Amino acid sequence: MNIVVLVKQVPDTWAERRLADSDKTLDRASVDAVMNELDEYAVEEALRLKEAHGGEVTVLSMGPARAAETIRKALSMGADKGVHVSDDALHGSCVIQTAEALAAALGTVEWDLVICGAESTDARQSVMGALLSEKLGVPQLSGARRVTVEGSTVTIERQTETGYDVVAGSVPAVVGVIEKINEPRYPSFKGIMAAKKKPVSTLTVADLGLDSATVGLANATSEVVSVTPRPPRQAGQVVKDEGDGGVKLADFLSAQKLI
Amino acid sequence: MAEVLVLVEHADGAVKKVTLELLTAARVLGDPAAVVFGPPGSAGPLVDKLAEYGATKVYAAESGEVDQYLVAPKSDVLAGLVASAAPAAVLVSSTRDSRETAARLAMRTRSGILTDVVDLDADGTATQSAFGGALIVQSRVRAGTPVLTVRPNSVTPVPAPAPATVESVEVTVSDAARAATVLDRVVEVRGSRPALTDASIVVSGGRGLGAGENFALVEKLADALGAAVGASRAATDAGWYPHQSQVGQTGVTVSPQLYVAVGISGAIQHRAGMQTSKTIVAVNKDPEAPIFELADFGVVGDLFQVIPQATEEIAKRKE
Repeated sequence: MNIVVLVKQVPDTWAERRLADSDKTLDRASVDAVMNELDEYAVEEALRLKEAHGGEVTVLSMGPARAAETIRKALSMGADKGVHVSDDALHGSCVIQTAEALAAALGTVEWDLVICGAESTDARQSVMGALLSEKLGVPQLSGARRVTVEGSTVTIERQTETGYDVVAGSVPAVVGVIEKINEPRYPSFKGIMAAKKKPVSTLTVADLGLDSATVGLANATSEVVSVTPRPPRQAGQVVKDEGDGGVKLADFLSAQKLI
Repeated sequence: MAEVLVLVEHADGAVKKVTLELLTAARVLGDPAAVVFGPPGSAGPLVDKLAEYGATKVYAAESGEVDQYLVAPKSDVLAGLVASAAPAAVLVSSTRDSRETAARLAMRTRSGILTDVVDLDADGTATQSAFGGALIVQSRVRAGTPVLTVRPNSVTPVPAPAPATVESVEVTVSDAARAATVLDRVVEVRGSRPALTDASIVVSGGRGLGAGENFALVEKLADALGAAVGASRAATDAGWYPHQSQVGQTGVTVSPQLYVAVGISGAIQHRAGMQTSKTIVAVNKDPEAPIFELADFGVVGDLFQVIPQATEEIAKRKE
């Protein structure tokens, strides 16, 4: 079972994140960059499936040169090799363009499963699994809190608001996992050392065979028109409980006509 | 005016509130045309409500097959309607199923997709809130048919009664759409509480509760308010409350009329999931807790005293 895991480098969620003044794309330079936390679950699930069924785990990421750090992190967790889609021409890509580039990159690797996390913590669109499944014409098995593989059949428990749906499909397939699925491992020292020697190939727009007239900010399917900081919330009223805090809370809700 | 396709969410023969919000938002762009998926007979009981909120057309995509496969059959039908009706836009709710339906549709039609839209202008400019509500971003689609997922509770539903015609749509499930088969739907919690994502009031508990069983306090307050129950990541990681109730950066984003944070300090990751709530109330023993910077009303005190008292008082006033 050969698996490709999608990972994205994102600004640390502890930091104040911004869009760049110049072209309203993600400001990647001013904050610490980390592996999207939700992708760690995808990497972990891929490693567990590999441990159970054999095969190879390839990490695929699209992003500027610096995103190589995130690929290395996944390699230090235990993935076998990396593919880095990186080209200045891809800067400012929308999700559709990103899915097209990733789909093209997947054409260069042998895989049975693509595993992605629930969403990136920066854009939070939560659509990549569905986009890729549609683009590649393979089953979409997303929202998984549990994944089982038997032969060529992949069965998931898809989390719903009231429980879960059992959904099955055949490989090749795109699997999306949620945070509940596992506990991601930390890279060991040995893993970190080994990762330095693992192969990472870089693919450009030309390598992917993409039409340069369809890629990048200028050709994106959507555009950001304006960015404004949310006005700070008006300072509210804070009272110390003097034995009547609950009543005061109810008073506030009454005054606001919320009860 | 051009049609604006609205993907209807319904349960137990009733239209969900988020659909009324979508119909209201759709009206600024054109004539709302509601698309109903479900087994035969699903659309009929919904038509009056959809028309009351401005749907001039109801597409009844009725087939017992739709629910047997994951998401893709809906995208197939919507793609057909995009081709035949040339709508000005397609609006769906930002729930997982609808968002994924929208994504597949956008890929199929190579259209721009904007997610978690909170407001729409007549020229198609969509407002989104980025980075957990820290930024207000205005965006536009510039390729294909705009596909927009709208965050529940962002638009106030306003009736605009219109006569609606019902048109049935043939549902043909492609081989590709059959690729992901739903084998079973399992209900684990059948509660009477509203769903977290579209609830008007949310009460969430955090680390300050100290133990899972103390979530009973949060649930009692929620029930007194008719609210959904949420939890901070600290609480879900500790196993005190189910993971799917997690509000925050890596969980659900909510934007209710009222958000009550109980024993939650308000770390940046939690705020990212709730800071666009209309009114925020917090109870915490630490006066320095960052949640108080957001709160419209805060009580510094012992939640084990304050919350039961508030619950009792609210119940009394609601009688």
